[in-house]
Order: sequence, then C-alpha cells, then structure tokens
Amino acid sequence: MQSREQRDEVEMLSLMLLIRRFEERASQQYQAQKIGGFCHLYIGQEAVVTGAVAAVRDDDYIITAYRDHAHALARGTSANACMAELFGKATGCSRGLGGSMHFFDKKNHMYGGHAIVGAHVPLAVGMAFASKYRGEDRVTLCFFGDGAINQGAFHEALNLAALFKLPIVFICENNLFAMGTSVKRSTSLKQIVDRAEGYDIPGEIVDGMNFREVRDKVAEIVDSIRKEPHPAFLEMRTYRYRGHSMSDPASYRTKEELEKYRLDDPITRLRAQLTREGKLTNEQFDQLDKRAKETVLAAVKFAEQSPELPIEDMYDYVYFNGPASPERSAAASVESVAVAATEAG
Amino acid sequence: MREITYRQALNEALAEELERDPNVFLMGEEVAEYQGAYKVSAGLLQRFGPKRIIDTPISENGFAGLGIGAAMVGLRPVIEFMTFSFSLVAFDQVVNNAPNMFMMSGGQFNIPITFRGPNGPAHQLGATHSHATENFYASVPGLKVCTPATPRDAKGLLKTAIRDDNPVLVLEAELLYSSRGMVEPPDEELLIPLGKADVKRQGSDVSIVCYAQTVPLALRVADQLEEEDISAEVLDLRSIKPLDEQAIYESVAKTHRVVIVEQDHPFCGVGAEICYRIQKNVFDALDAPILRVSQEDVPMPYNERLEKAVLPNADKLVAAVKQVCYA
Repeated sequence: MQSREQRDEVEMLSLMLLIRRFEERASQQYQAQKIGGFCHLYIGQEAVVTGAVAAVRDDDYIITAYRDHAHALARGTSANACMAELFGKATGCSRGLGGSMHFFDKKNHMYGGHAIVGAHVPLAVGMAFASKYRGEDRVTLCFFGDGAINQGAFHEALNLAALFKLPIVFICENNLFAMGTSVKRSTSLKQIVDRAEGYDIPGEIVDGMNFREVRDKVAEIVDSIRKEPHPAFLEMRTYRYRGHSMSDPASYRTKEELEKYRLDDPITRLRAQLTREGKLTNEQFDQLDKRAKETVLAAVKFAEQSPELPIEDMYDYVYFNGPASPERSAAASVESVAVAATEAG
Repeated sequence: MREITYRQALNEALAEELERDPNVFLMGEEVAEYQGAYKVSAGLLQRFGPKRIIDTPISENGFAGLGIGAAMVGLRPVIEFMTFSFSLVAFDQVVNNAPNMFMMSGGQFNIPITFRGPNGPAHQLGATHSHATENFYASVPGLKVCTPATPRDAKGLLKTAIRDDNPVLVLEAELLYSSRGMVEPPDEELLIPLGKADVKRQGSDVSIVCYAQTVPLALRVADQLEEEDISAEVLDLRSIKPLDEQAIYESVAKTHRVVIVEQDHPFCGVGAEICYRIQKNVFDALDAPILRVSQEDVPMPYNERLEKAVLPNADKLVAAVKQVCYA
C-alpha cells in the first residue's frame, strides 16, 4: 500500500511525462505546419511547474509567461484542450483565439499565458491584491523567465507586492537564457535571487531539476504566506533542452553544456528516486510513459477533428456583454440613416 | 437639480459607486492622503478607508497592471492617472493587457476596469504633459473611451464606466475641473450610457461636432455666430468609442455642413475617422467639404503665445464654419 505522498509522486512523474510527450508532439506538429505562430517548448523544465503545483491548492492562482503549455497541463487542463489550442480550434483552452503563448483556463485557475515579457508580473500582483482585499487565504504563483527580471514592469510589481504585503510567490524559471542572451550578458547581478533583496522580499535558490526540492520549498513558503500574507521569491535553476522557440537552433550554447544538463534530467531523477526507494518498477514507468504518449496522440487526433470558430463569431470576443462589437452594430444601423439623410438632402 | 463643479460631480460618482459595490476601489498616485492631485478624490479616504482608497508609488505600469489583474479575478478597480500623459508609461498595460484579455482567453476573462484622469492640453505644461490621448486609445479594439464636457456628463459617464464589464477610459478635461453645471441631486441615480452623443445646442445651418474641452468653445462660437445669422448645432460626442454615428448623421441630415473641432492632433485624429464615416455613409447629405479644427501638428511648445497658436480657438472655428457655409 502506497502512502498518499508516494502515490502523488508517481502521479506527478506521470504529469511530467505527459508534459514532455506533449511538447515533443507539439514540436512535430509544428514542423508539419499544423501549428502556427511562435511555439516555445518546456522540455527540461518539467520539475519546476509540477513541483510548484504539487505544493498548492487547486484554487490558488497560477499565472505565467509565454512558455505556458506545461502550466496549463499541470493545472489540469486536458491535453485535448491544449493541443486544440495550438491547432487554433474552437475546442482549445482559449477557443483557438489565444494560441501557444496565450493558454487560459479559468475553471482550473490558470490565468494565462502572457507573451509580453514581464508584463504579467503586475497582473499577478493584482490577483494577489484581490485575495488580500477579500480576506481570502489564496496564494498567487507567478512564473516568469530570467529574461523578465530586467523589465520595468517586473521591478514595479515587486515593489508594489512588498509595499502592500501581498500573498504571492515570484517564481523565476532561470533557464540561463533570455532567448539567445545568457544571464551573464543580460543581468548585472551575481545571482538572480538578489533582485528580491532590493525589494526586501525573502528569496531562495532552488534546484529546479529536482521535483522534491521544488515541491518542498514552495510548500514551505506557501504555508508561511497563508499564515501571514507576504511576497516571496524563488530562483529555480533549470534548463531548457530546446531552443527559445521552434525557429531557434540554439547555436549560442555548446553541445557539452546541453549534455551536462541532460544527465541531470528531472524525469530521470524522480524516476531514479522512486525506483531506488522501491516505489516504482521499470514496468510501471514504461506503462506511465506509454499512457502519456497515447494521451498526446489522442489529443492530436482530437485537435485535427475539432471545428474552428465561425469567422463571424470573432466580433463576440471584443466586448463582454456587448451587442457584439459596437463597430459591427454601428455598421448595421448606418444604412437606414444614410437613406434618410440622402432623402433629406 | 443643483449647480456643482465638474470636480465635485466626479467625486460624487466615485463615492456613489464605492458605496454601492464593495468590489470597487480607487487606486493611483496621491488619491488618498493628498486627497487627489486635482482634488477629485477629496474626502474619499476619510469616508471609505485605506483599504479602498489606495495611494501608490509613481509606478503607472505597475499599478495599471495591478488593476487589470484584480479585475481578472472579479474586482472593479478605478485606476487614476494623474494625467493621461502619464498613462503612456502604462501603455502596454492599457493597450496590450486590458483590451486583449477577453479575446485571447476565448471569452473567459473580461476586464471590468476604469482608467480615469485629466487628458488633453492644459495651460503651459509643455510637450510631455499636454497629450490628448483619445485618438491613441480609441483606435484599440476592446477599449471604450469617453470624454465628458459637463459636470452632469462627467458624473453620469463615470458611474456607467465603473459598472461596465469592459475596460473604459474616462478622459476628463483638466481645464474644466472647476467649471460648473446643473446636475441631478445625489438621491437621483444618474447614469449616462456610453456611445450616446448629446445635442448641446440646436441649430440648422451647420453641425459643430466636438467633445471635452472643445464643447465650451463650440458653444461660445455658436453664440457668436448667431449674431451673424448662422445657426450652429453643437453636437457633443461624449464618447469617442463607441461612437454615436447615428447622432452625427442625423445632425448632418439636418444641416448638411460639418466642422469637427477636436483637441488632439490632425494626423489620424478623431476627426479624421468621423470625416471618413460621414462621407462614406451620408455623402449625398453634404453641401460642403467637412473641415476640421484641431491642434497644429507640432509637439506642444511651452511659450504661451505659441501654445495658443497650436490649440483650436474661436477664430479658427469661426473661420472654418464660415468656410463650410460659404459665408
């Protein structure tokens, strides 16, 4: 009989596999031109979002940048809805209107999917503000990359969160590169976590390739925030195996560097931990992986077969509770007046 | 009805909506302890407390974004920009996050937020502090933009904006804060719909289309023209987006001549859009080409004489009206 925690770890390993197989399949479908626009893959960073999500409640707020497929999957958005979004279909998690960089899932408290670097960090602070305003004990997890920490919006947001003592964890997924520019070339700091100190926010460095360390650290901080709201900052040291986006061959780094990180793979690591402790057999692992692959293949089929939104529906997504778009309703009423005016003239 | 200032009218609107809905809060620079840079929020901190009337650091991008995030999870923020010239620091939040969220999320997240503050040239503030931003923001799908010119419109439009489920910009007129006008008593609910223009003066010879600070100018000019036997209709747009096209065409159908007087710049200005729509939809109703009176196409100079030369004024407007009337 497995304990709750052990079962959860197997589930989380399974989630990490789902994320990886999803991203691999997305890459293939992108190359087959089934997916448009930009597409940024999370492969290599899986332990960060799964570890963090494992440590919080389902109703805590999660928001991230444009490398967001994994965050939706981790929150419980189905692989079907995620793949359909990449395909631009009406069954996608944003009805095919957001695309790869704009995954949203309100039901599962996934608040995007934001593609202007750093611009969602103030939004996250606003969500945390709302929790405190209402006297709720929800915590906001705000994910962003190392590229965000030099944006003005990021700095303003940290200052506001600290001033207002808001319940938020800033999670920097430091994968060492902002697109093709290394942290060394972009950031005048010895280590990223020192940014937090400038705003009197407690910060720590976490091994982002180690699921257990991520989960335990986030759990500890969230626990402290629920008791007394305050911001916190975690620098997750991680690595992306692929380029910045699908069009990037990542020639700015060496094969040796990539291989070094591959040896520290987060999935292999959790698998080894569980196997060593007798909680997972090789057969069970293969079974989990097979299931992940099947789920993703089924998602591709689902996406392919899903309908697109009718063109005329796009006007319904401009204003909420509007008579569609005022633009469209105005155009409709123009004709009668035009006739009247012409007659009068 | 009683006479109050534009500033008091806005203050009443805020107080009434704060009273009505606990999800409404006011945030911005100097809105609380200082009582508002232009005293629009005077007394609100004392009445509603620091939880709902919130001073911020000078950090427009940060607190505009904070408001949008709070709106994503159901609050109804009112974000004050000390002037809309400073909203440019938050342009990414106002243009990229607030109006795009509803589309990008496939309709899951609407943003019920109000951005408000003074807009347009004031008096000798120089180029950085004199922006008229209505044409920037009205060009963005997903935003609504209104430009009240009277205390009554200021109160009614701000209340409607706060209740709207979308991002609305209430562009107040800095030079009109102390102007006075008749407004319904506080116990009478005053809501003015967005997208409804108002004929501020009836006329039959020419339509002067105006908004915000150009409304009092148009009314003055209309009085002056009356003495010269030109009957000018003054149509106050009140909202730039949605635009009340119906009201514009009705006025054109009556007068057949149009002058648009606007406080923004001529190139891609609000009047350019209105011209296009009039000629496209009621071309045959026109008896003369439409003219526009706007700012000159220059950054605002500080020098008082030059500033006056940049801005629309009575002489320019009278000349334009006479030209379209072939008078």
